[in-house]
Amino acid sequence: MAIAATRAPMRQESRARARRNALVGWSFILPNFIGFAVLTLVPMGAAFVVAFMEWDSYSPPEWVGFDNFERMLRDQSFWIALGNTAYYAAGHIPLTMLAALGLALLLNKRIRGLGFFRTTMFFPYITSLVAVAVVWNMLFNPTMGPINQFLEWIGVQDPPGWTTTSAWSMPAVIITSVWRDMGYYMVLYLAGLQAIPQEYYEAAHVDGANAWQRFWNITIPSLRPTTFFVLIMVTIASFKVFDLIVVMTDGGPGRSTLVLSQLIYREGIKENRFGYSSAISLVLFLIVLVFTVVQFRIQKRKED
Amino acid sequence: MSVTSTLPEVDRLADELTPPAAGRPVTAKRRGPRLDPAKRVILYVLLAALTLLIFVPFFWMVSSSLKHDNQVFSIPVQWIPTEFVWSNYVDIWTRIPLLTYLKNSLFLSVTITFLQVLTGSFAAYGFSKMRFKGRDVLFVIYIATIAVPWQAYMIPQYIMMQNAGLVNTHLSIILLQAFGAFGVFLMRQYYMTIPDELSEAARIDGLNEYRIWWRIILPLTKPALASLALLTFVGTWNDYMGPFIYFTSNDLWTVQLGLRSFVGQFDAEYAMIMTGSVISVIPIVIVFLLGQRFFIQGIATSGMKG
Repeated sequence: MAIAATRAPMRQESRARARRNALVGWSFILPNFIGFAVLTLVPMGAAFVVAFMEWDSYSPPEWVGFDNFERMLRDQSFWIALGNTAYYAAGHIPLTMLAALGLALLLNKRIRGLGFFRTTMFFPYITSLVAVAVVWNMLFNPTMGPINQFLEWIGVQDPPGWTTTSAWSMPAVIITSVWRDMGYYMVLYLAGLQAIPQEYYEAAHVDGANAWQRFWNITIPSLRPTTFFVLIMVTIASFKVFDLIVVMTDGGPGRSTLVLSQLIYREGIKENRFGYSSAISLVLFLIVLVFTVVQFRIQKRKED
Repeated sequence: MSVTSTLPEVDRLADELTPPAAGRPVTAKRRGPRLDPAKRVILYVLLAALTLLIFVPFFWMVSSSLKHDNQVFSIPVQWIPTEFVWSNYVDIWTRIPLLTYLKNSLFLSVTITFLQVLTGSFAAYGFSKMRFKGRDVLFVIYIATIAVPWQAYMIPQYIMMQNAGLVNTHLSIILLQAFGAFGVFLMRQYYMTIPDELSEAARIDGLNEYRIWWRIILPLTKPALASLALLTFVGTWNDYMGPFIYFTSNDLWTVQLGLRSFVGQFDAEYAMIMTGSVISVIPIVIVFLLGQRFFIQGIATSGMKG
């Protein structure tokens, strides 16, 4: 009796404290959360609804079921943009990762001037995409640009027309984007490399493993979490590429570099076809989601 | 027990408990056996070549900005201008309203950075130092949205902005970018490395949560604040797509939009285009060089940019 009588107020008190805690906790989160909920969560949810509507700025929205998606299947621009986005991703993802890992391995050494080199490699990444695109566009100038002059100088007979031809415009964009992004992911790889205990290498050295064996049996497996993370980040970035392409080629020549984000922009913001463009953005989202989930699964399996 | 008299105690405790990771330069650690001289030479040659490769576009940009239009493309490439056309750097201000563009970029970057750092670090305290129901679910939602490409929901966002009459105002971009999940995530990662004993000790000393955030956690996480501020500033300054979609009138344009439009209109004025590019990059170069340690640390911690 006596114990129960003292417990009840205690329970009440702890409940009151939990409630006060929750109130204070929410008050910290709220200033950000209001903006985040209204401007990110609500539109994200709405995207799923708008995609099933016929909606432009002149007439009221109307529910049309899967019409937008059926239209997409027949829309040549959609398939071209999808193919180009895949093309860009297939070039950008592996090349950026290889370059970033290579740079990180080079810089993870006892050398003088490490800070200088690291800053240099990182430099392209902080430069605005507009400036980068403008400069590279000129470097890629087919007749007078330094790149083709260099190619001719080393003996290439008929150097590519780069951004002026549909066959070479995407490679030009990919080269530019790898140049810009590699320093950024290098920083992630460097952090990963430095987390590998030095003792692993010393032990392997004692066991007589050569540099190549140490790389394959220590560095690569130890870097797996970093690689996984970088892979996801590069993949997401690849599928939403926009700025670089808009400024460098604006999707051209023809539709040779038209990508999904650009199509969403054109259909949605320029043509005010909100429903149709939301349907395309839903597809873009699903692609990124599927890739991320698959990569997570593979990573999980390797860990087990 | 008065609050002020115990604060030095808390500060000392804070110093002792500061996580080694916070503010640790990412790559300053020298490691590995010394390389033998031959390998060392190869490594330096390789690094020098790479540095050159990275610098060539920048060098070409600056060099071309000091030429006449008809000298930019020449065979063979002229790396150093024969005559330095400094007047490009004077003329550009009258050719396009560059000053307005720079002011707009600066205004947006500063405002968004301030709001993002403030609300981000505030929310991060709630997510890391307070325990309450629903906290972790909410945080997972925050993280999940980081992985969603903006393109996936920019149309509904645009419709909302249009209905609110905010399209073609600076406020639209400020609202869209100031409350990002990224800032919350980055700050929370740092806050998690600060031992809970600190805030608990301060609580026992009678500080309320808001003062713990302001007097203990904020001063302790200055490197993180600097990282977030720099990443947000550079991200906003360089952003193209957001302003491109929302700003139609010329007097709202940022440097990026102004530069792009100049290129579109006068595509043969190569030298002037390069002059504009150089000017658009200079503020970022200064910001980056001043705070590159925090910059790189922030990326290594969070793995992303703003």
